[in-house]
Amino acid sequence: MPAIRYTLNLYTDSGHMVTATRRGIPKAATGIVGLDDITLGGLPAGRPTLLCGGPGCGKTMFGLTFLVNGIRMFGEHGVFLSFEERTAELAANANSLGYEVNSHIAAQQLVVDHVRIERAEIEESGEYDLEGLFVRLAHAIDTVNAKRVVLDTLEALFSGFSDTTVLRSEFRRLFAWLKDMGVTALITAERGAGDLTRFGIEEYVSDCVILLDHRVDVEITTRRIRIVKYRGSAHGTNEYPFLIDTDGISVLPITSASLAHNPSSESVSTGNSDLDAMFGLGGYYRGSSVLVSGLAGAGKSTLAAMFAESACARGEKCIYFAFEESPAQIMRNMRSVGIDLEKYVASGFLLFEAARPSFYGFEMHLARMNRDLDTFRPLHVVVDPISAFRGPSQVIHSALMRWVDICKSSGITAVFTSLTSTFEEMDANERDVSSLMDCWIVLNMVEASGQRNRTLSILKARGMSHSNRVHEFALTDHGLNLTGTWRAVAGGRDS
Amino acid sequence: MTTESSTSAAATSREPGEAAAGASFYNLRLYVAGQTPKSQTAIKNLQRICEEHLAGRYRVEVIDLRVTPQLAAGDQIVALPTLVRHLPPPLTRIIGDLSNTDKVLVGLDIRPVIDGAVDGP
Repeated sequence: MPAIRYTLNLYTDSGHMVTATRRGIPKAATGIVGLDDITLGGLPAGRPTLLCGGPGCGKTMFGLTFLVNGIRMFGEHGVFLSFEERTAELAANANSLGYEVNSHIAAQQLVVDHVRIERAEIEESGEYDLEGLFVRLAHAIDTVNAKRVVLDTLEALFSGFSDTTVLRSEFRRLFAWLKDMGVTALITAERGAGDLTRFGIEEYVSDCVILLDHRVDVEITTRRIRIVKYRGSAHGTNEYPFLIDTDGISVLPITSASLAHNPSSESVSTGNSDLDAMFGLGGYYRGSSVLVSGLAGAGKSTLAAMFAESACARGEKCIYFAFEESPAQIMRNMRSVGIDLEKYVASGFLLFEAARPSFYGFEMHLARMNRDLDTFRPLHVVVDPISAFRGPSQVIHSALMRWVDICKSSGITAVFTSLTSTFEEMDANERDVSSLMDCWIVLNMVEASGQRNRTLSILKARGMSHSNRVHEFALTDHGLNLTGTWRAVAGGRDS
Repeated sequence: MTTESSTSAAATSREPGEAAAGASFYNLRLYVAGQTPKSQTAIKNLQRICEEHLAGRYRVEVIDLRVTPQLAAGDQIVALPTLVRHLPPPLTRIIGDLSNTDKVLVGLDIRPVIDGAVDGP
C-alpha cells in the first residue's frame, strides 16, 4: 500500500481547530466515520493495533465493523478469532448493526473461529506452547486470503492456562508473527485498574493503542474513544465521543472545512415579511446561524416553525430537531397560528427528528443530527431548543460550536431556539452560545397597564444593517404580526 | 480418522470400582505440530503411559497440524501438544509434553495398577 497524504482538521479542547497534514505510514482504513479522520487514514497497515476498554465499550463491535467494512469497502478479507462469543451469537449481534456476517462467511470473505477455552477440561502436564492458535490463525488467514485479523479478546487465554510466563512469551511471538504475515490486526483487551489492560498486553503491541470508554456523567452515558499512541503517525489526541446504533459506528468529530467556509451573500426569508424588513438584506444570510432566545411562551418555536414553513414552501428541505415537544404536538400548536407543517412532512420537504435531551449526551445528539444531515441533505435546520441540554457549559459550548461549524460548512441555515431567563440576567452560558451565532433575535414579554405584550428585537445581525427598535408583535391565527415599536409608555405604539 | 471401535464400552467406563478399569476403552488423539522436541517427547511419553496402564484397550491417533491444520478448530486446539480423550466420555484435554505422568493419569482418569509400575508418590 502506498504512503498516503491525509488532511486532518481537529478541534482542541478549547474549541480551536488545528489542521495537520503529513505524509504517513501505510494505513488500513477502518471505514468508520470519524475514526479514519482522527487516525489520519486508519490503522497502521500490516501491524497490530491494540483496542482496549471496559466491558460494554463496543470493542467487539469495533472489531466486526473493521472486518465488515474491509470486505465491503476495500475488498480486504478478514478473520475474526473470538475467544468469548460463539460464532452464532456474534453473527446475531452483528446483524443488529446490519452486518450480514453469515453471507460474508458463505462467500469465503470472512472466517469466524470461536476459540473455546474451558479451564475445567484442561489438565496441564509438562511443557506446552500456543502453536495450536498459530496453526488455526494461519489456516483461517490462508482460507480466505485475509488481510485483516481481529482477536477478541486474547486475554481470555489467561483464564485458560496457568503458566503466564509461557503465555507472555507466546504473545510476544504472536504479535511478531502477525507482523510477518503482513496482516492488519486488531487485538482487543479488557481495561485494567490503573493500567490500560488487565494483563498488560500493551507491552507487546507498540504500534497503535486505542482506548474506548463508556462513562456516565450526570446519569447520561457517552461512549468515547481516544488514540493513546500511534507510532509513526500524527493523530488526534482528544477524547472523541462515538456512537453505536443500527447504522453502525460513527466517531465525532466529523472533520469540516475549518473556518474557511465561503459565506453566502444571498438571503433567506425569516418566514415573515415584516420580520424580513427588519434586516437590511431582507432576511437571514443563507448558511448563517440564528439564535432566537426568549422567555417561556414568548413565541420562539413559532418563529422557528415559520422559518421552516417558508423554506419548505420554496421547495428547500428542512429538518426540525425537536427536544421538548413531540412532532405531533408541534404541528398541532403551529396550526393554531396558521402554520401548516403537516403538508410538508407529507410531501417530504420537512423531517422531524424528536428525542429526549436526556436520552444521550449532547455530543451524541450531535452525532445523530450530523448523520441525519448526511442522509436527508437539508438546506435548513431548526433546533428547538438548545437550552434543553444540561451539562457542563464547556462541553455544550464546544459541541455547539462544532454543530454550528458543520451547518456552516454545508451551507445550511440553522435556527436555534433557547429558553432564557430575563434578559438582564443573561448567564455566562448564554453569552457563550450567542457569540457563536451570526444573528440573535430576542423575544420578550413586557408587562404594562395590566397586560403582557410580546416584543421582538434584533440584538445582532453580522454583516448587515438591522432595525434597532424593539417591536411589539402578536401571534394571530395568520402567524406572527408585527404591530409597531414598543414604547415604555403604557400600551403606547407609534405607527 | 478413528473408527467407532467400541462405543458400548463407554457405558461402564465411568463406574467407580475395579471392574470399570477393565471395561473402558480409550480413544485418544494427540495433536502436535511438526517434529519438534516437544512433540516427540509427548509421543514417547504417551506410548509409555498407554502401554503401562492401558495395554490392549486404547487407540491413539497422532495428528500433525502442520499437515492438517483444518483439524485444529474441531477439537478446540490452542496449546500444543494436546492430548484429547474422546472415549470414554467426558471429553478431556491434557496439554503439554505429558512428562508429568501423574497428571496424565489424573487427566485421563486412569487408576494406577496396584502391583508396581506406578510412578510418582
